[in-house]
Amino acid sequence: MVYLVGILLVVLLGVAIAIAAKLQKVMKGVQPDNQDDMPVPNNKVNGALWIVFLVLGTIGVAASYWSAKDYFLPEASSPHGRETDSQFWFDMSLLTIAFFAVNFLLFFFSWRYQYKKGYKATFYPENHKLELIWTAVPAVIMAVLVFLGFRTWTQIMADAPADSQVIEIMGKQFGWIVRYGGVQDNKLGNYNYKLISSDNEMGIDYSDEASMDDFINPSEMHVEVGKPVLLKIRARDVLHSVYIPHMRVKMDAVPGMPTKFWFIPDKSTAQMRAELNNPNFDYEIACTEVCGRGHFAMKLRLIVEDKAAVDAWKQQQKPQLSLILESNPKFISKIPEKLRAKAMDYAPYVEEAADSTTAASGSAAATSASLR
Amino acid sequence: MSVVEANLDHDIHAHDEHEHHEELNFWRKYIFSEDHKVIAKQYMITGIFWAIIGAAMSIIFRLQLGFPGANLSWLKPILGKWITDTGALDPNFYLALVTMHGTIMVFFVLTAGLSGTFSNFLIPLQVGARDMASGFLNMISFWLFFISGLLMFVSIFLETGPAAGGWVIYPPLSALPKAHMGSEMGMTLWLASMAIFIMSSLLGSLNYITTVINLRTRGMTFTRLPLTIWAFLITAVLGVISFPVLLSAALLLIFDRHFGTSFYLSEIYIDGEALPNVGGSPILFQHLFWFLGHPEVYIVLLPALGITSEIIATNSRKPIFGYRAMIASIMAIAFLAFIVWAHHMFVTGMNPFLGSIFMFLTLIIAVPSAVKAFNYITTLWRGNIVFTPAMLFSIGLVSLFVSGGLTGIILGNSALDIQLHDTYFVVAHFHIVMGAASAFGFFAGIYHWYPKMFGRMLNNTQGQIHFWLTFAGVYLVFMPMHYVGIAGFPRRYYQFTGFDFTKSFTDLNMFISIAAIFTFFAQFVFLWNFFYSMFKGKVAPPNPWKSNTLEWTTPVNVGHGNWPGEIPAVYRWPYDYSKPGSEVDFIPQNIPHSQTPESNFPHENEYIAQEKEIEAQNYNDQFAAH
Repeated sequence: MVYLVGILLVVLLGVAIAIAAKLQKVMKGVQPDNQDDMPVPNNKVNGALWIVFLVLGTIGVAASYWSAKDYFLPEASSPHGRETDSQFWFDMSLLTIAFFAVNFLLFFFSWRYQYKKGYKATFYPENHKLELIWTAVPAVIMAVLVFLGFRTWTQIMADAPADSQVIEIMGKQFGWIVRYGGVQDNKLGNYNYKLISSDNEMGIDYSDEASMDDFINPSEMHVEVGKPVLLKIRARDVLHSVYIPHMRVKMDAVPGMPTKFWFIPDKSTAQMRAELNNPNFDYEIACTEVCGRGHFAMKLRLIVEDKAAVDAWKQQQKPQLSLILESNPKFISKIPEKLRAKAMDYAPYVEEAADSTTAASGSAAATSASLR
Repeated sequence: MSVVEANLDHDIHAHDEHEHHEELNFWRKYIFSEDHKVIAKQYMITGIFWAIIGAAMSIIFRLQLGFPGANLSWLKPILGKWITDTGALDPNFYLALVTMHGTIMVFFVLTAGLSGTFSNFLIPLQVGARDMASGFLNMISFWLFFISGLLMFVSIFLETGPAAGGWVIYPPLSALPKAHMGSEMGMTLWLASMAIFIMSSLLGSLNYITTVINLRTRGMTFTRLPLTIWAFLITAVLGVISFPVLLSAALLLIFDRHFGTSFYLSEIYIDGEALPNVGGSPILFQHLFWFLGHPEVYIVLLPALGITSEIIATNSRKPIFGYRAMIASIMAIAFLAFIVWAHHMFVTGMNPFLGSIFMFLTLIIAVPSAVKAFNYITTLWRGNIVFTPAMLFSIGLVSLFVSGGLTGIILGNSALDIQLHDTYFVVAHFHIVMGAASAFGFFAGIYHWYPKMFGRMLNNTQGQIHFWLTFAGVYLVFMPMHYVGIAGFPRRYYQFTGFDFTKSFTDLNMFISIAAIFTFFAQFVFLWNFFYSMFKGKVAPPNPWKSNTLEWTTPVNVGHGNWPGEIPAVYRWPYDYSKPGSEVDFIPQNIPHSQTPESNFPHENEYIAQEKEIEAQNYNDQFAAH
């Protein structure tokens, strides 16, 4: 539909112009070119074209909107997103009125006051009252919009609630990695970019006890529905930007300057699948700050589900320390002595059985087994 | 003050020049010219050259976006290895195209092309001066611009491609050659080119400011300046204040790239290696960049609005409505332009409180902008409108300025910007309000002053056809882009197949691309008209649009020094169109009130007494021999 209207618009314009050109030739044949009568050719045709443009433009804008709106994002899956959306459409409706009103006056006056022989324009250089009115009215409208925006913005940017699920997300060329605080202490440990290696992609600092049980995932983020999520955002190499379109979330990831954004995902993936009647629906996280060749493909799945499902998923995730020790047992030497015993809790069972010098091996084996 | 000295200097020069006047060889006359009119044409031709390249680049990436997966092998003769063997566009080169399109259009076409052409051409002619304050600096300014363009042009042909991190060249991407192919030699040349460009722009702006302040003719008070000159003056001031900040941003980036400093770099791990840089901030660059970047929007737009004011008044045969309000709104916009830059950075992790402040300041800009739009519309009201191509483009500009400006109210709202930032909604917004509107100003200016530039008329009918095709084209390209943006499509994506939420709108993207190609080809109507009329156009009358400003009192083919005799004095403002009582519908600025008793308002009769005074004034005629 929208294309039809668009193509129609072009065709009609083309026809109108062809007529204009033809008309000019005909006029030229009829009467000699008189500079005083008609300063430029086709004045009437161009005057009429403003009205043509006005009518076709109005139809085009309306029709294209009706056909495009089905493809807009579904209702936001977060309370702040629904708030900004409704404000967006409120602003947009005001602006649409202004858009049509101003363009109407502009095009209508152009047509209405086109050159007429013998007519003299009105000498009307100023009117302070009018100027005052159209300074004051936009100013008042702007004040209202600023107030609404300010209120929403302050709420969104306020500190996250204390019971938030804290998840770290790191951008890199070209993908995201998320880190959870782990199932034992549920607390994110320190990190240091100098510790980053192919084993330790996020540079987790194992001299911090809280890091031991942290697990990472490069493809999925699971969050509990209805509970605030606090994203701690950072970047490893260049700027990235965390963008969750359905949640109306966006925040840059900056190397050297951690950022954050919190929101409440209050519609589970399953609920959205049912609502949209699309069994394949998935929340997605994308990058919106140009970061190089693979910028357009930095995708992470976001799964919003109930507490039980999230907990089950978390249980399945191996702490990164376990994975490192599995592939590289010598890594233990990099951990400060006083934490080594605790770290060995995360070492794979086989390794541990061989190493009979470790004191707490019995309990460690139990923990490690329960993790699998 | 050293006015006397300066005059003496001028005398000597004038004397010299007078003797050698006829002997200027081809090189001094057309290539290394110090004549503002020739320099303006040089800017214009260079600007048009860059516009063609910049627009062609956009067509190539629009092909990629509108027809993903199409076989582009036919572009291999031009793009070579950037088209893979399977006929796909290389993603690195896609980003390079986007970056170059932005850089070229913003800096080379709309800053240098628009301001360079019309500030140079119109300032001396409209304020009544023989030439710019310094013809030599003016020449240097153009040739620096030329060199900067040359460097940028060379960078397109590099093995590793030109700069490709977006026209905003945010570090660390642009600072780390390892991060991105476009951050290698291409970025080095970009920075070098831009540094030279900034020098060129500064020399130009200082010249414009000096000329407007010092070289106005007798009687040309500030309240008698045409709005074009007001716009050029304020634009130049904006440039002088903001461009040095971009230079400092670029210099620090050069330091980070080549000398191991850490202004913008901190805690980076790349290519298997943790870099030693700590303590820098990428956000610092963004602050510095946008401190230029936002005024830049107005550096681009204000000259276009100035040109429009002049053309709308002339062709409505009415005085511009609210002359003083227009000046005040230009000044307000220019002032606000400096304190809104961080609205480009709402979601960079900047302190949210700063975000609120910048939202407040940003939305204030809507007020003077609205005043301007309403004043234009009231100027049309009860006019006697002549649709010259320049007039059509000016009305079109107002429409685009309003349509594009309105969505700025949404984007300036930090809460709403969270979702829309870096989506196609932004692309649609700034292309309409800044890109297309300013380009319309450029076209309007060319159509209006072409007779003065080349002594010949452009074909009006072709100009009108060009307008309608372009006007429809611009709306067809950028209106649908809003929808794509509302649907959340991010900008600078090579393709939209990677995500489920960007799977829709393939038809709409195709439509946009087709409209863009259509609009691109419509510009050839203009190019044909432009070059054909230069040689074969109808010879222009001295004042084809019956305009009031001083440039139309010069001979059809304006010579060196602009006026053959004395520079005319000015007695009235430039907008005495359709004055009650007057038989003709325009009274040029150089007509004294004593000659128009029938149309003088009571307070204007008092000006008659001042005429002698004006005529007796000592003025800065650079050629006058005392």
